Amino acid sequence: MKAKNTNPDQKDKEKNTISRRDLLAGLASLPVLGLLGYGLFNHKTETARKSSSLLGDIDIIIPKGISPLIDGPPLRLGIVGCGSRGRYLMKALGFLHPDKIGEYKQYARESKFWKEYLEQFMLQESLNIEITGICDVFDKHAKQGVETGANLYRNGTDGKMAKLPKRYRTYKELLAADDVDAVIIATPDHLHISVALEAARHGKHIYCEKPLSWTVPETFDIRKAVKESGVVFQLGHQGRQTESYLVARSLIKQNVTGKISLIEVCTNRNDPNGAWVYDIDPEANEQTIDWKQFIGPAPWHKFSAERFFRWRCWWDYGTGLSGDLFTHEYDALNQILDLGIPKSAMASGGIYFYKDGRTVPDVLNMAFEFPDRDLTLLYSATLANEKNRGKVIMGHDAWIELDESLLVVADPKSTQYRERIEKGIIEPHKPIFSYVPGQESIDAITTPTEKYFASRGLLYTYRGGKPIDTTHLHLREWINCIRRKDGSQPSCDIDQAFEEAITAHMGTIAYHEKRQTFWDDVNEVIY
Amino acid sequence: MKYTVSSLSALVILRITTGWHFLYEGLVKVTDPSWSSRSYLMDSGGFLKGFFEWVAENNTALTIADSLNAWGLTLIGIALVAGIFTRYAAYAGIVLLGLYYLSHPAFPGITYLFPVDGSYFIINKTLIELAAMWVIISFPTSDIIGLERLFKKNAIKSIGK
Repeated sequence: MKAKNTNPDQKDKEKNTISRRDLLAGLASLPVLGLLGYGLFNHKTETARKSSSLLGDIDIIIPKGISPLIDGPPLRLGIVGCGSRGRYLMKALGFLHPDKIGEYKQYARESKFWKEYLEQFMLQESLNIEITGICDVFDKHAKQGVETGANLYRNGTDGKMAKLPKRYRTYKELLAADDVDAVIIATPDHLHISVALEAARHGKHIYCEKPLSWTVPETFDIRKAVKESGVVFQLGHQGRQTESYLVARSLIKQNVTGKISLIEVCTNRNDPNGAWVYDIDPEANEQTIDWKQFIGPAPWHKFSAERFFRWRCWWDYGTGLSGDLFTHEYDALNQILDLGIPKSAMASGGIYFYKDGRTVPDVLNMAFEFPDRDLTLLYSATLANEKNRGKVIMGHDAWIELDESLLVVADPKSTQYRERIEKGIIEPHKPIFSYVPGQESIDAITTPTEKYFASRGLLYTYRGGKPIDTTHLHLREWINCIRRKDGSQPSCDIDQAFEEAITAHMGTIAYHEKRQTFWDDVNEVIY
Repeated sequence: MKYTVSSLSALVILRITTGWHFLYEGLVKVTDPSWSSRSYLMDSGGFLKGFFEWVAENNTALTIADSLNAWGLTLIGIALVAGIFTRYAAYAGIVLLGLYYLSHPAFPGITYLFPVDGSYFIINKTLIELAAMWVIISFPTSDIIGLERLFKKNAIKSIGK
């Protein structure tokens, strides 16, 4: 008969020992860990292999940090044009109206967005400038400009203010002033060059909003005047400070895309404000606006508050989609690819949606040929749809999708990447590189989650991270050049500005005259 | 607890497969210095969306969340597979899975960026795995197949024949 406690486990437990059976059962699941370890090792080597194959020989230059502010006495600035862009520029310089600061502080109590907005403004580096002159044809804007210009210390209404800048009735008076070293031009397009020429005449450094010019002849005039005067000139294409454009340039220089044959750039907007139907201030009338000065070189028209605020809707004052919005895209591509002026331009479009009395088209498509570079630049715009098509640079081996962030996608029929595609190291139609501002390095995208998010440009800036204000950087660059006093010019200098202007005008003329326009670069003539 | 061979096998396999799942997920994250749960957290839905987004945007909170997640998964996985501290690991697993569910609840009307494989109405795989953890707690097997068996009674004095 079997005794009760003769089962080996019991016996061992009584003896406090581990039986072989215990050991086996105890350790039975451990080999699983070994298997998992092997699986992980495999995964890691695969990933590393893919990464290094993708990134291998590419040496990416990621812009790091901002160049230091150059020392010097405070720079004295005059602002000509204190409308919404003028006020935005003042903010980028560190000046907000005290009432606005009070208002934002209120919003900041409830809203995270405003809290961060205000914080970012308060932390924005001081550029060591004083605003000494304000000029605007609308009394109300001029008054706001003056009060804003005094808010050196970024206070609310009861806070300490610096000396009030002087209000000048005409830009000529402002530019003749002794206590203005440099001028910011934020007037409507038709007045840019009138003011800039005057500034050059007086030797004042110039930051001119884009587009450079309203007509072709004045484009030549300003180039001559700026070069002869030696003033530091910056065209307000703050896109020049965009990190992803600098990265794109570096990638293209290393032939990551292969030969580029087509570039697509677009404008897509779908609301009245985007179509330049701005609010009309009830305080605007013939008494409060210097209408004659506003008209300047434009064809005479009787006073119209509508034309004053919504100037972009008329050829009389604005430059249409070509000068107003295409120029941003062109300058970005010019910065990345050194395109220069195209050989020819074609355009077509019309007023298809905003039939509100405007004369500029709300749909415009243009094609610019660069036969020396074997490529076409295509611009497509509508003010009645918001599908964001971004910029696409199409190369034989890969294409780049570009806005604030950057994606490089391999082309399935690529020659350069054929072997890697066959081996499965590169998956065509899926992003192989991504760059988002603030990233420390280029990512080779390997995990499925990353691929998914990256293909939507959402890897890191899902809720819009904290972009650095490129306008601030652009102004800073200009101010540094002024302080250097060695003749150095900033990134969007008069030559770059000239290229922008001529290209935009070629498109505009093609639209008006319903024909292809051409550039004779020997004689410098559009024909 | 006494099990038949068939039930014991089923329970041990449940424990090891869930442990394997946790462990691999954990190790992949632990060994990747650039991994972060930021994009996952920012994609949150449901009524705790604000909280998860806050964690994603707050540097300190995110670093802590990332470490706890990566290491938590790994240690829970090891515990389940090896069969040691299994009960604690399973409770911890319930907490982690609960958090994943609260971050990405499967309710109609909530959409996520990352596509989901399958159609779910309230009950999704995360909740099923959470239920599995509960089974693992209720029907322990580590003292039969697992390291806990070796530590069952007092200190090991010698290995038996």
